[in-house]
Amino acid sequence: MSKAKENKDRKIKVLVSKVGLDGHDRGAKVICSLLKEAGMEVVYLGMYQMPKDVIDAAIDEDADVIGPSFLSGEHLVYTPLLVEEMKKAGLDDVLLIAGGVIPAEDIPTLKEMGVKEVFTAGSLTEPIIKYIRNNVRR
Amino acid sequence: MSALSVEQWAQKVKENDRKAAAKLISAIERKEKIARDILKQLFVPVGKTTVLGVTGSAGAGKSCLVSCLISAFRKRGKTVAVIAVDPSSPFTGGAFLGDRLRMQVHGRDKGVYIRSMASRGYLGGLARGTVDAMRVMEAMGHDIVIVETVGTGQDEIDVARLVQTCILVLTPTMGDDIQAMKAGIMEVAQIAVLNKADMPGKEKAILDLEVALRMRPTAEDGWSVPVVPTVATTEVGIDEVVGHIEKHQAHIRQGDGLKKFAFQKAEKEGSVLIKDEIERVIFDHIRGTGLRRKYLEKIVAGEIDPYTAVEEVMSLFIKKSAKGV
Repeated sequence: MSKAKENKDRKIKVLVSKVGLDGHDRGAKVICSLLKEAGMEVVYLGMYQMPKDVIDAAIDEDADVIGPSFLSGEHLVYTPLLVEEMKKAGLDDVLLIAGGVIPAEDIPTLKEMGVKEVFTAGSLTEPIIKYIRNNVRR
Repeated sequence: MSALSVEQWAQKVKENDRKAAAKLISAIERKEKIARDILKQLFVPVGKTTVLGVTGSAGAGKSCLVSCLISAFRKRGKTVAVIAVDPSSPFTGGAFLGDRLRMQVHGRDKGVYIRSMASRGYLGGLARGTVDAMRVMEAMGHDIVIVETVGTGQDEIDVARLVQTCILVLTPTMGDDIQAMKAGIMEVAQIAVLNKADMPGKEKAILDLEVALRMRPTAEDGWSVPVVPTVATTEVGIDEVVGHIEKHQAHIRQGDGLKKFAFQKAEKEGSVLIKDEIERVIFDHIRGTGLRRKYLEKIVAGEIDPYTAVEEVMSLFIKKSAKGV
């Protein structure tokens, strides 16, 4: 099998979800749409998901990337729970990136917790897609 | 998973290991060779699993209905696996898979396994690899496997050949009696569900459907298609749908019905596998040779017509394979 063929059938699967009591999903939907346009397969879980629901879905879907979206200010509460569930499930090679309205001073904390990259409101499309392509498992 | 042998991986799937199953379905989607080797181990000719299909137009409420069916079957103590297919973009290859969202209420239930699949250019309402994914879910030991098609139009009827009981989801806005009389998707279902039955036009739609269904000769196996009004968002009519599913399942389990179904499925699957294999072999042969581009340019320049081009490629291929290349 040639290399070009392998690449064609190897689609990046991204799981996007709102987490916790947060009904602001416009940004999450925009991201879903942009990733779809970039040729990725995006599963959107919708709103009010708890960390365990997100990670269980990521297992069943064999997602390469998990992208929680926050606007409620609960990112420091839910991120450790997401990371813990990922560890329990052995999803060590899955890329966890967060997005939404997240204060700049919280970004280092999120990264310490285990988030690989944070894209706040106003992020441009190209860097997000490039980041995923360069850092996703092969 | 790649560290596992074919036998170990197959064994893990049979032990209902969700991760092993999920990775296998991904390998199937990527057409990896190991996936086929594992599938060989998972093959069961006539299984005991109940295999259901849910089809209908986009926005008719298929995913919501599936979610209701999951609840109903779970109440009856059955485990359920779902394949939810959504379309891939023909332009970018990307997909927005939004079926799972409607079923997320079952997210934490260990007796439920849901997998979204993008159609990846496969026509007919399913995804390439749907049949293989169904086999994985059967091997996991689920009592019920449900396949939800992409939003279908009039002619995507592949699902009907691959499931035991096919449910067609319609809405009061489906059109008039002329639409109900058409061939294609209107013919494939064993159960017709009129969802969103709280919308205006319900009575007329039910009448149109019942009349159209009654005008047909009785099905070969003597099953007559019921029309069931539902409101999936509030779970109205779901028990009736489940009742009809159980009735149809009992109906096909009389005599050699299951064997007949297995034959029909094998026939369909065989033709799909052969077509896929021929396509793969041919494209593997011409990939990287520049032949495809050469022919396309010739066609556009008017030097050759597409029919002759295909004949030439085929004869080239047949000669090559005869030589054992």
